[in-house]
Amino acid sequence: MLVYLLRRIAQSIFVALAMMVIVFFGIYMIGNPVDILISPDATPREIEETMARFGFDQPIYIQFLTFVGNALQGDLGRSFVHGESAVTLILHYMPATLELAALGLIFSVLIGIPLGVYAGYKADRWQGRAIMTGSIFGFSLPNFWVGMLLILIFAVELRWLPSTGRGDTVDVFGIRLSIFSENGLQYMILPALTLALYKASLVTRLARAGTQEALVQDYVKFARAKGVSETRILFVHVLKNIMIPILTVLGLELGSMIAFAVVTETVFAWPGMGKLLIDSILTLDRPVIVAYLMMTVLIFIVINLVVDIVYTILDPRVRVTGGAG
Amino acid sequence: MTLRYLRLTALAVATALPALPALAQDLRIGLAAEPSSADPHFHNLGPNNQLRRNMFESLVGSDEQQKLFPQLATSWRPLDDTRWEFKLREGVTFSDGSAFDAYDVVYSVCRIPGVPDSPSLFTTYTKAIKDFEVPDPMTLIVHTAAPYPLLPTEFSTWGIISAKANGVDGASIDFSPEGCGDLAYPESQAFNEGAAAIGTGPFLLESFRRGEGIELVRNPDYWGDAAPWERVSMKPLTSDGPRVAALFAGDVDFIENPPLQDLERINSEGGLQVVQGISNRVIYLHMDHEQEPSPMITGTDGKNPLKDVRVREALSIAINRDAIVDRIMGGVAVAAGELLPAGMFGAHEDGAMPPAPYDADRAQALLAEAGYPDGFGITIGTPNDRYINDAQVAQAVAQMWARIGVTTEIDAVTASTFFSRRNAYEFSVYLAGWGAGTGEMSSPIKALVATRDGDRGYGGTNRGQYSNPEVDDLLTKALATVDDDARQELLRESSRVAMADWAILPLHFEVTPWAMTDKITYAPRVDQYTLPASIKPVQ
Repeated sequence: MLVYLLRRIAQSIFVALAMMVIVFFGIYMIGNPVDILISPDATPREIEETMARFGFDQPIYIQFLTFVGNALQGDLGRSFVHGESAVTLILHYMPATLELAALGLIFSVLIGIPLGVYAGYKADRWQGRAIMTGSIFGFSLPNFWVGMLLILIFAVELRWLPSTGRGDTVDVFGIRLSIFSENGLQYMILPALTLALYKASLVTRLARAGTQEALVQDYVKFARAKGVSETRILFVHVLKNIMIPILTVLGLELGSMIAFAVVTETVFAWPGMGKLLIDSILTLDRPVIVAYLMMTVLIFIVINLVVDIVYTILDPRVRVTGGAG
Repeated sequence: MTLRYLRLTALAVATALPALPALAQDLRIGLAAEPSSADPHFHNLGPNNQLRRNMFESLVGSDEQQKLFPQLATSWRPLDDTRWEFKLREGVTFSDGSAFDAYDVVYSVCRIPGVPDSPSLFTTYTKAIKDFEVPDPMTLIVHTAAPYPLLPTEFSTWGIISAKANGVDGASIDFSPEGCGDLAYPESQAFNEGAAAIGTGPFLLESFRRGEGIELVRNPDYWGDAAPWERVSMKPLTSDGPRVAALFAGDVDFIENPPLQDLERINSEGGLQVVQGISNRVIYLHMDHEQEPSPMITGTDGKNPLKDVRVREALSIAINRDAIVDRIMGGVAVAAGELLPAGMFGAHEDGAMPPAPYDADRAQALLAEAGYPDGFGITIGTPNDRYINDAQVAQAVAQMWARIGVTTEIDAVTASTFFSRRNAYEFSVYLAGWGAGTGEMSSPIKALVATRDGDRGYGGTNRGQYSNPEVDDLLTKALATVDDDARQELLRESSRVAMADWAILPLHFEVTPWAMTDKITYAPRVDQYTLPASIKPVQ
């Protein structure tokens, strides 16, 4: 077990390092941030001085070694654009992304599970087929298009919900969250729905498959024979049994929801990490991009690690393979 | 049936909104670009400079036409060739209650060169200052090393912060251009958090939240006309579609830079309107005057045809600028004959410098005369996300050049890549834009046409490496001529010389659109800034 864990951690560190090298040199290849950041009125001399201030006059390998040296001391550098520590900046944007992902997750469960269970129950009838066909749209419609459509319908035409941005926030242990304020929640509904659409389709399909499988099990037959109502069978007995695979998948999907909400955040001008990433890429703000992606890698590594550990506890066979191979 | 019901509800909600009196004094703006800091001296770039003008003022103001007007100084005049005297406005207070005087100006200039982590310092506009003299707190005398007529213009570009509010006794400052000794300065972060955001402007900063928005409230003690808005909230809506949608949805009252293709729809929608005006930004083509062979030219046996003035003229008159303005820019642009729109300082009177007349036949004849009867191959470098319809304009030029036998391709890339490649001289011809920050002709001539020279700060963006001693001399003379009329004539002449040599090919001036509800109005600014204090409610 310990050997397995250590191996996983070593692999993860290697992944993080490889990512750091690729991103660092990749952004260097794109261009020089000073070319974009500096006022066009600046004289050639001022441009040189600014380059020197940021260390861009050094050869790339020196810049990289400096960066690695600082990173080893826990300093991922300061944003070229904002003059703030990259990590502070990301942490500033993080709560908005986390709460949006959380609401998206809740929506996808609330939409996906009832639909999926119902579709599984009526698998061979038109209702079941309609839901399954509908879920294909959920998979295939592009995020930005769905987002714009929701804005058009609910914000522009009906004016029920605000179109873009973040609403009022309340302080929860020093973190500003909008999910607990009524006004703030209104602003979250459309982006969370957009984010939830894909996951909801996924949950629908998982729930349907699980339900179909469960309905032929002995315990369902027994419950029916006992005279338990169909609703209770479906939403108590069956649901309990199909939740395990759904939760596993959703746990993994949460990672991608946090890290890749970029499109949704851009469409809704949602001040989350994804928008920070896009803005940083456009201005070649290297410290922020590198720190962001390292953080993303970290999130995935931690989630995968947790899943792996849970599996080794649930399934002894994994432990044996890990220890031997 | 249901839909109709929904429409009715929506209508009811929509009509109920304007009835609320509390909203009347609030203004909500959708910004096209987000400022990187609330610190007035942190980053010398458009969005920051625009935000700065709400809270921090300058000695000299700059109006919609970029004409100078008295702001915190009531008058200014040159005492002799190297000294300017500014008389300051009495009775102005900073938002913490401290009185404004000449020492605050000195203190601000002291802070500018040393702002930590600044990506672009304001030293560009303060480097001419050699020394200050404060005969009395309401008089400021500025020393320059050489005659410097642009001093008042440059004094309009940076904001003034308070010495007292930051615990500095102004009279004790020992000014030198290299630094003013150990003075206490506020950190950039303190401006964003609001503690240091102490200015004299029409608004006070209530909050600055990255990504989310900026809240301003009216400065109750403002020395000038009170701003028409009690509260202004500005949200960064950097994508075009969502920004327009927010206006349609009624979530904002005013947006910057609506995309050209939406202008008609906005105007045809009841309750919304577009206001537009010419900007100081010229879109131009710059050509490689130096490298031989030039990197993106083919079919000339290694020769650089752009060194021949006849080829440059041919390329210019082969472009139908009116067609570009009409078809690509939807009429929302003005064809250009020089680098600054008519009416601005140093530009010619309207009609005196018309755009190069379109004449494909003559262009072909000129090419033949220059020894390229069969044309040659060339690639235009252009950004595709920096200027309005930039890549499409380059595409149109390519087709027009193809008509006179110059086979033209387009290399369109994102701005961050484009500027780095351009600055590495990778393009033989490139499309770019120049906004005249100072609002007069020396800005584009100095940056785009004058010979590259680090010591004099000439040719900073002259990536075609054009060099013409005549232009350089005229510019140098103009920059040392304090008399306005004489300087204007010198600048005009430098522009004429450069245009006659086809040094650079101006295409058009961008027209800046703003979209808003019909309850408010805005006078377009050539510097493209959105200043809430100038957004007026319609009576």
